[in-house]
Amino acid sequence: MRKLFTALTCAALSVAVASTAVAEPKRGGTLTFSYRLMAGHFNPAIASGTPTGIPGTQLFAALLRFDDKWNPHPYLAESWNISDDGLTVTVKLRDNAHFHDGHDITSEDVKFSIETYKAQHPFKPMYAPVESIDTPDKLTTVFHLSKPHPAILLAFSSQLGVVIPKHIYGEGDIRKNPRNSQDVVGSGPFKLKEHKPGEYMILERNDDYFMPGLPYVDRIVYKKIVETTSQTIALEKGDVDMTAFAVDPQLLNRLKKNPDLTLTPNGYSAIGPLEWLAFNTKNKPFDDKKVRQAFAYAIDKNFIINVLYGGYAQRSLGPIHPGSVFAPKDVNPYTLDLEKAKSLLDEAGYKPGADGVRIHTTLDYIPGGAAWKRKAEYVKAQLKKIGVDVTIKTSSDFRAWIKTVANHNFDMTLDSVFNWGDPVIGVHRTYQASNIRAGVPWHNTQQYVNPEVDKIMDEAGQELDQEKRKVLYQQMQKIVVDDAPIAYLHTSPYHTIYNNKRIGNPPVNSIWGVCAPWDEVYIK
Amino acid sequence: MKFLSVILQRLFYAAALLLAVIVFNFILLSLVPGDIADTLAGESGGASAEVMAEIRRSYGLDRPFYVQLGTYVAKVVQGDLGKSYYFNEPVINLILERVGPTLLLVVTALVMAILIGTLFGVIASKKPNGLFSHFVTVLALVGFSAPVFWTAFLLIVLFVAMLEIMPLSGLADPTTPRDTFAWYLDVAHHLILPVLSLSSIYLAQYSRLARASMMDILGSDFIRTARAKGLGDTAITYKHALRNAVIPVITIAGLQFSHIFSGAVVIETVFTWPGLGTLAFESILRGDTPTIMGILFFSAMIVVIVNLLTDLAYRIVDPRIRSARNA
Repeated sequence: MRKLFTALTCAALSVAVASTAVAEPKRGGTLTFSYRLMAGHFNPAIASGTPTGIPGTQLFAALLRFDDKWNPHPYLAESWNISDDGLTVTVKLRDNAHFHDGHDITSEDVKFSIETYKAQHPFKPMYAPVESIDTPDKLTTVFHLSKPHPAILLAFSSQLGVVIPKHIYGEGDIRKNPRNSQDVVGSGPFKLKEHKPGEYMILERNDDYFMPGLPYVDRIVYKKIVETTSQTIALEKGDVDMTAFAVDPQLLNRLKKNPDLTLTPNGYSAIGPLEWLAFNTKNKPFDDKKVRQAFAYAIDKNFIINVLYGGYAQRSLGPIHPGSVFAPKDVNPYTLDLEKAKSLLDEAGYKPGADGVRIHTTLDYIPGGAAWKRKAEYVKAQLKKIGVDVTIKTSSDFRAWIKTVANHNFDMTLDSVFNWGDPVIGVHRTYQASNIRAGVPWHNTQQYVNPEVDKIMDEAGQELDQEKRKVLYQQMQKIVVDDAPIAYLHTSPYHTIYNNKRIGNPPVNSIWGVCAPWDEVYIK
Repeated sequence: MKFLSVILQRLFYAAALLLAVIVFNFILLSLVPGDIADTLAGESGGASAEVMAEIRRSYGLDRPFYVQLGTYVAKVVQGDLGKSYYFNEPVINLILERVGPTLLLVVTALVMAILIGTLFGVIASKKPNGLFSHFVTVLALVGFSAPVFWTAFLLIVLFVAMLEIMPLSGLADPTTPRDTFAWYLDVAHHLILPVLSLSSIYLAQYSRLARASMMDILGSDFIRTARAKGLGDTAITYKHALRNAVIPVITIAGLQFSHIFSGAVVIETVFTWPGLGTLAFESILRGDTPTIMGILFFSAMIVVIVNLLTDLAYRIVDPRIRSARNA
């Protein structure tokens, strides 16, 4: 009886606490974040990828930040201006910003950072048009471009373009600089206090942060938890406050029922993760557009989304992510139609043989996840219905798969490709005839060539008028979807999960989500 | 003098073995498709050909294979295991950082398994058809057959999720100040479940082994002589029989110690235990050649040392081996 009474008192107390809890952000507390991946270093200037970007954007500030409507806002930059001809971009820094070691942030650091990006970052197109950089005074940086480059503003944001201190990273081979992973010096809301490689890292509030009153959280513990089951229990127990890039439908289903946890697909539109079935258009029978279209018709995207992914993924219709302002609108959705698929194969001259088989081909998929294997098996079963015999191939690991696809040693592969904000950065690369480069992951691995598409992309990549740009990308996508070098399936089912009793202002309300500064997050 | 030359000979073999380990592993690793540039490009979600070439140049991967091998061997001979491509830290630091947790986990599990297993085996052997003996047999069967990750998850569900008395993962809570008394306690707390899971297999083996071995010994002539002398049951069991019965236990323990790095990988992954096993596994997936080579070299060295020690342990436990080898 006494036990019951105590329990009731506790419950009453916690209700009282909950109801008096202020909705306003407050200072203090430790946020524990866990992720299945942990990068070797946190210098976003020489690596992309979310394991670098999540901690990287806490440690390093960028020139701009974007809201969830794709609008730029001042961050390290106080103001910015693109000249009418689009060839000069002027950025003015705020004058109260310092690096974690107390040094002022100057235009020299901005110049050094963007030059480092240009030379070392995996994404060439981000700063390729930057020909020279002037620093007329301590706070002003002027970028001279070889052609108009609307993507540059997005490239100045979050994990795509942080500012790194020249006095720390300016000497020697930057890839081998020990301060990419220890004693990191940035200017972001948090400082690196401790880093155990591949295990955990502790970030501490930067008291000298240039955004007044921010950040709210005193400390962030970033833990690596590989195992899905362990991850689930950690979230349920409250050992972990937040995780991101959760994909497992079973995990999501289970955690959805927990009233303390909120699951959200928001915050992934700039990363723009798409999953698709790619065809090697240089291999028979995929050199024929009708065959590619037939395959696209034969796959039921809704089945994949609702059954294989438990409804957690979203349909994607073309090269650009549905969360983008350039998302495809008026394109062929390739709604499931087996009869149409068969007649297209007939037209292409692939009639059924005596055994009913029209085509023998192979399918690769990304190793290491049950979801990919299930999807490969579904595609095989579905294509069998239109007389296609598919042999599923596996690779020993992720690297081996990358190698196989990058060297064009495949017929079809299931793939996952990110848009990375602006189409110039993450979309053009998949379709440009000039970007067929064996050995490089996620180039135009389909070896797709259409001069008209190239022409439109060139134009759209330099168009400063956003409305005109939108029209161009609609045109481009209509052609590409019709050419079908890729059968577009769905978005990656990424979700951010956070403890709603503990976390206020979760970092999900911007296009970059968790890969943007967590300076407004607070502990309730 | 004889003893010394035996030791010297052993050391020479050990050095040759280690060199062979380096060369063969280097060749094997070079046969794996993809390198660190592919890994980094993969993690970055894409890359340009120029940056990939730059990474390969930076790590010397653009040189011919034999030059890379030669450079590596020359460095190892000088005691330099190089720097991890992935972590950009000296491999030796990564290994030393992680060898402690692995040894802590594996040695604790092994010692527990040997002590409790042998004890169970000895008690069971005294009444081979008794209730306890059957219990040990069943325990051994279950412990040995159950996949270790399954055991681990059952323990997690019971102690972490339901009873909530055990921590879930890691070596310690990252926010506990390191090397304080509270930290050591925290480590001990975090150690319990991984050790229980890992020792479940070993415990099974040792209890069976000790039981069989003891029953064998207890039936032999010298035990009968001891009984005829009028020695007590306890003295016979624990002084005469046990000493002979532990010889196979030592052999197996020595052998198993060589497997520990592989055996602990699963447990380390489930409990996010920051040990060498996970480092090795992940480095292989990443193509982080210096780290893999360093771990292989290090574990080969441990195996060589343990084999030497096992040999010495035989000599101490069994005087016949000592005299036979010295004769």
